[in-house]
Amino acid sequence: MSDVKLYQIGTFAAGNRLMDPSLGTEQSSAARTNAITSGHRACRGCGEALGARVVLDAAMRASEGRMVTVNATGCLEVFSTPYPESSWQVPWLHSLFGNAAAVASGVAAALEAQGRDDVRVVAQAGDGGTVDIGLGCVSGMFERNDDVLFVCYDNQGYMNTGVQRSAATPPAASTANTRAVGTRTGNAFGTGKSLPVIAMAHEIPYVATATVADLHDLERKVTRAMSLHGARYLHVLVPCPLGWGTESADTVRVARMAAESGMFAVFEAEYGDVTAVSRIRRQVPVADYLRTQARFRHLFGDPGHPEVVERLQRQGDRTIARYDLLGTGER
Amino acid sequence: MEGSRAVAEAVAMCRPGVIAAYPISPQTHIVEALSDLVSLGRVGTCRYLMVESEFAAMSACIGASAAGARAYTATASQGLLFMSEALPNASGLRLPIVMTVANRALGAPINIWNDHSDAMSQRDAGWLQLFAASNQDAVDLHVQAFALAEELSVPVMVCMDGFVLTHAVEEVDLPSQEQVDAFLPPFAPAQVLDPDDPITIGAMVGPEAFTEVKFLEAHRQLQALDAVQESADRYLHVVGRDTGGLTTSYRLDDADVAVVALGSVLGAAADVVDDLRAAGVPVGTLGVTCFRPWPLDEIREALSGVSRVIVLNRAFSVGSGSILGADVRLSLAAEQTRVYDVVLGLGGRPVTRAVLRRLLDDVLDGQVSDRALSFPDLDVDLVVRELDREGTDRPQAVTRGELGADEWGKAWT
Repeated sequence: MSDVKLYQIGTFAAGNRLMDPSLGTEQSSAARTNAITSGHRACRGCGEALGARVVLDAAMRASEGRMVTVNATGCLEVFSTPYPESSWQVPWLHSLFGNAAAVASGVAAALEAQGRDDVRVVAQAGDGGTVDIGLGCVSGMFERNDDVLFVCYDNQGYMNTGVQRSAATPPAASTANTRAVGTRTGNAFGTGKSLPVIAMAHEIPYVATATVADLHDLERKVTRAMSLHGARYLHVLVPCPLGWGTESADTVRVARMAAESGMFAVFEAEYGDVTAVSRIRRQVPVADYLRTQARFRHLFGDPGHPEVVERLQRQGDRTIARYDLLGTGER
Repeated sequence: MEGSRAVAEAVAMCRPGVIAAYPISPQTHIVEALSDLVSLGRVGTCRYLMVESEFAAMSACIGASAAGARAYTATASQGLLFMSEALPNASGLRLPIVMTVANRALGAPINIWNDHSDAMSQRDAGWLQLFAASNQDAVDLHVQAFALAEELSVPVMVCMDGFVLTHAVEEVDLPSQEQVDAFLPPFAPAQVLDPDDPITIGAMVGPEAFTEVKFLEAHRQLQALDAVQESADRYLHVVGRDTGGLTTSYRLDDADVAVVALGSVLGAAADVVDDLRAAGVPVGTLGVTCFRPWPLDEIREALSGVSRVIVLNRAFSVGSGSILGADVRLSLAAEQTRVYDVVLGLGGRPVTRAVLRRLLDDVLDGQVSDRALSFPDLDVDLVVRELDREGTDRPQAVTRGELGADEWGKAWT
């Protein structure tokens, strides 16, 4: 085990020290693995670095350290492995941008062929490597039900290449190639895709979404996913201070507002059916969520685009209704 | 036995741990047969992944190889191009994957028949490329490919002509399982994803070390030249068949004219050599088995006694010239040898004994330029008709079935 570093004292994530240790998170454990150690080159406040650390430490605990990881090209790969340095305390393989799922399928097949059934496989990619360029391989891995947990850290754009839109970028977001210039109000409506829903359509054993605002929930879902075999998919919303134009200190707050405004539904599904949702405890207007981010600033200028904000509010309302996120029973 | 079946049996005897493949003509019979062999339990604990694309096939092989399994796939043509992003990745990561390429033309126009434009398009991908001249060759080269790949930690492509070999039913002498086991030890990976010894594979390397990494990759490729020759020697010793090593030659020793080629066309070329020898013409063939790495010195030495070399290209570089011919010229850079660079047999056009005989007769009669790319099986009338329709001039070289006679001639003198 490497040296313990308590990153999160003073936050909810570290857990309550008066609590029974068995109820605490893996992140609050002195014995956690630090699967991705400090010293990497992520930006301050990087949601992906936080998400990856929590996911991998939880997966390491669940697998009792018997785990290998496959990583797509992207921020996570670049900031963690500038040769000759590496942040990874787990066996780690990076091949290409669009093939992480297929590489992971190959690893899982190799382990099975060698009878190493104690070793688990976790694949990681950003939203570009999952919903866009990697979708074919991801879908193939799902369809074959290969024994892989695929984790998408969704920061809603191509942040590593300078903040361009992906199919996971929300409507109206201003990115490097969807700037709010001329008559354009940022990324177009009616485009993009929900990978969790597409994953569910494959009827794989487990699909879950999470955010870095609720690390207990994230850890629990990783643990649940690791308790199952076959293809499993975890979609984690990870705010990007650089790409979203948020304060580094606000990553967790912005992620929480994404969920509480209905702009990101947190739920679980097994074999294609939703089995649980995280209820919104205190609903936040979508406009409040949007205002935290420079990528939506053009919506609120003078005159701004109130009609676009309203449209996004309707989108949030629709998501809330679809997953019954307020617990009203009205869908 | 069909060539594809023979290759599948040979691959099965090499005990791969993971096979990942996507069907494409004319590779299909190989992967169909392997699917059966795996299901029948004939390939031990091998896992067969039916993937959704060639890109996924190569990617799965990358993962499998990095996890310590002997990994195999097969493809052709567009499929090879579809996995091309992953090819330099496999070699850059030093993963000893073995792949069969059932050589087929590249579209457009779409064409499922044989030539070498698929494999040649990937000549710089850092893979070893071995070309089989017969189905017997294909079998023997596959067994050697796994051993070479693992000895050098380099991926190996075994190229066999689509349909001409893959679908040809002929007698093939398969090695026994005992012989293969004696030749090919169990896979002992140089690097492996292992929780007991975590390593990072595929880190990002910037300008400070990238050149050095690529230099070492090239250095290891060149080491393969010795390894391929040693492999052939050992195969002869263990299995009892001579596969020749880097090159094979036929009646080349006292020849004045040599035909250089890769793949199944060497059979027809040997027949023509016999015909011409009977007529008193000192001709021989030089078959290139190892196309990558290019056996620069071996080719020069093999051709040191001839004054004229005819290079049969089954692929060429549009807008530049030939591919195999350019490499032959590189070997002969300091020599006075005349090189006749010939493109023929594209997209499955048969390279028959008659076609080759006419070509050799024309070369011997001085009818073929050594300063242009010649297309001896070109339908010149069709080309001229099309040029006329477009209202384009018909340069003399074109009406002779040549390209770039004037400009390239200058460049080559």
